[in-house]
Amino acid sequence: MNDKKWIITGLVVFLIIVLFPFWYNRGKAVPPPEIKLTDKAKAAKECVLSKEYMKAEHMQILDLWREVVVREGQRIYTNPKGKSFVMSLSNTCLDCHSNKADFCDKCHNYASVRPYCWDCHIEPPKEKS
Amino acid sequence: MNRKYMFAFIAVLVLFLIAWIGASIGLQWLFGVAVPYLAVLIFVVGFTRKVLGWSRSAVPFAIPTTGGQAKSFDWIQDAKLDNPSSKFGVFMRMVLEVFAFRSLFRNTRMKLKEGKLFYQLEIFLWVGALAFHYAFLTVVLRHMRFFLEPVPWCLQMLETVDSFFRIEIIYPQFQFGLPAVYLSGIVLLAAVVYLAVRRIVIPSVRYISLASDYFPLILIFGIAFTGIMMRYVAKIDINAAKQLTLGLVTLHPTVPDGIGAIFYIHLFFVCTLLAYFPFSKLMHLGGIFLSPTRNMLGNTRAYRHVNPWNYPVHVHSYDEYEEEFREKMVEAGLPVDKPLEAAAETAAGKE
Repeated sequence: MNDKKWIITGLVVFLIIVLFPFWYNRGKAVPPPEIKLTDKAKAAKECVLSKEYMKAEHMQILDLWREVVVREGQRIYTNPKGKSFVMSLSNTCLDCHSNKADFCDKCHNYASVRPYCWDCHIEPPKEKS
Repeated sequence: MNRKYMFAFIAVLVLFLIAWIGASIGLQWLFGVAVPYLAVLIFVVGFTRKVLGWSRSAVPFAIPTTGGQAKSFDWIQDAKLDNPSSKFGVFMRMVLEVFAFRSLFRNTRMKLKEGKLFYQLEIFLWVGALAFHYAFLTVVLRHMRFFLEPVPWCLQMLETVDSFFRIEIIYPQFQFGLPAVYLSGIVLLAAVVYLAVRRIVIPSVRYISLASDYFPLILIFGIAFTGIMMRYVAKIDINAAKQLTLGLVTLHPTVPDGIGAIFYIHLFFVCTLLAYFPFSKLMHLGGIFLSPTRNMLGNTRAYRHVNPWNYPVHVHSYDEYEEEFREKMVEAGLPVDKPLEAAAETAAGKE
């Protein structure tokens, strides 16, 4: 049948689309992002909560902090170990993790996540030393 | 209880247990690298073989579905889409079929009302199928972020649109909605549940449903459910997951530590779907383009469709018969088309 050439054309197009990720990357190995901790963060050893919890759920606790600060006016968070923190992204989180580009953005870009933190907050300007 | 859907359900349950136990006893390399490569290979080779097989088979009869007036006189309006007489009409019919599932839209249901038979439009299969297919497409496209680095801007835009509705529930005890809720995932899960329940609940549909109809639905339910679970509830290390998937497509397979078993279950379900694809009803992905009822011209009255399978039969037409027996026929007093003299004249004229 003279339809055969159309069928094979369609099949080739389909296979090119399906195998797109293979030829898009062209076999280049991409190293995963590595989190860089600042000296201050290293010295503190533990964040507000455990490392595993923060890794998976940091967005939830930030959201909860926002809720509590904005709606209830409380500004002090006490973690299960009894340590208190001021609930503030710019002043508490980014105080230790002052390297936003290496700490936040690297992983977010890798996983294609665009958090809306920075719609309102700004990265605290670095003091010139 | 119906053996057919129980069989499909148990099959998915067994797949779930295989992946769960496999990931728990340290077979990460098998389930994270070997099985996905094998599944993609089966999918590509199986799909190609199937379509090539179809391309070799003949179309013995012209069987376009005629959903309207065929083209005849100029003053009779013909249905250009439902009985296409031009190639452009066929093309538009195929486009609408592929993108809008037009033939599902014709679904009707019979009903007896006060002793009279009524046909009513039954639109929900069409709505469910549209929701299911487009949600699935969006989900598949969204997953490309795990296979491409850097992630192209068009995929980032798709993610932004998909997470347009911020559904966030915030209580100190219970939180939901971060990372942002993707609408397509929820729609996919809802649509697959509807399509499965429809098969089970409506008696006439249940009667024609086989285990191979339930199995993909339940499997896709499993895929969507595990996917939603690991995004919103039992969160996995997403960068480790991307490291694994990106390693697969860059041909540098790695198995990073610390990805939960749920990821391997999800991946194994997807691999099963891919490997099952070429041997199942899911081949309608390719088959829709090769449906003679949709892609043939509705011109059976104007042109004769010759079956390519026809055996070359030697025929003996009446003209040839008369030529052979004319004299004997005249002798016996049988009527002939051409009298003897005329036949002799033409024979002389030819010489």
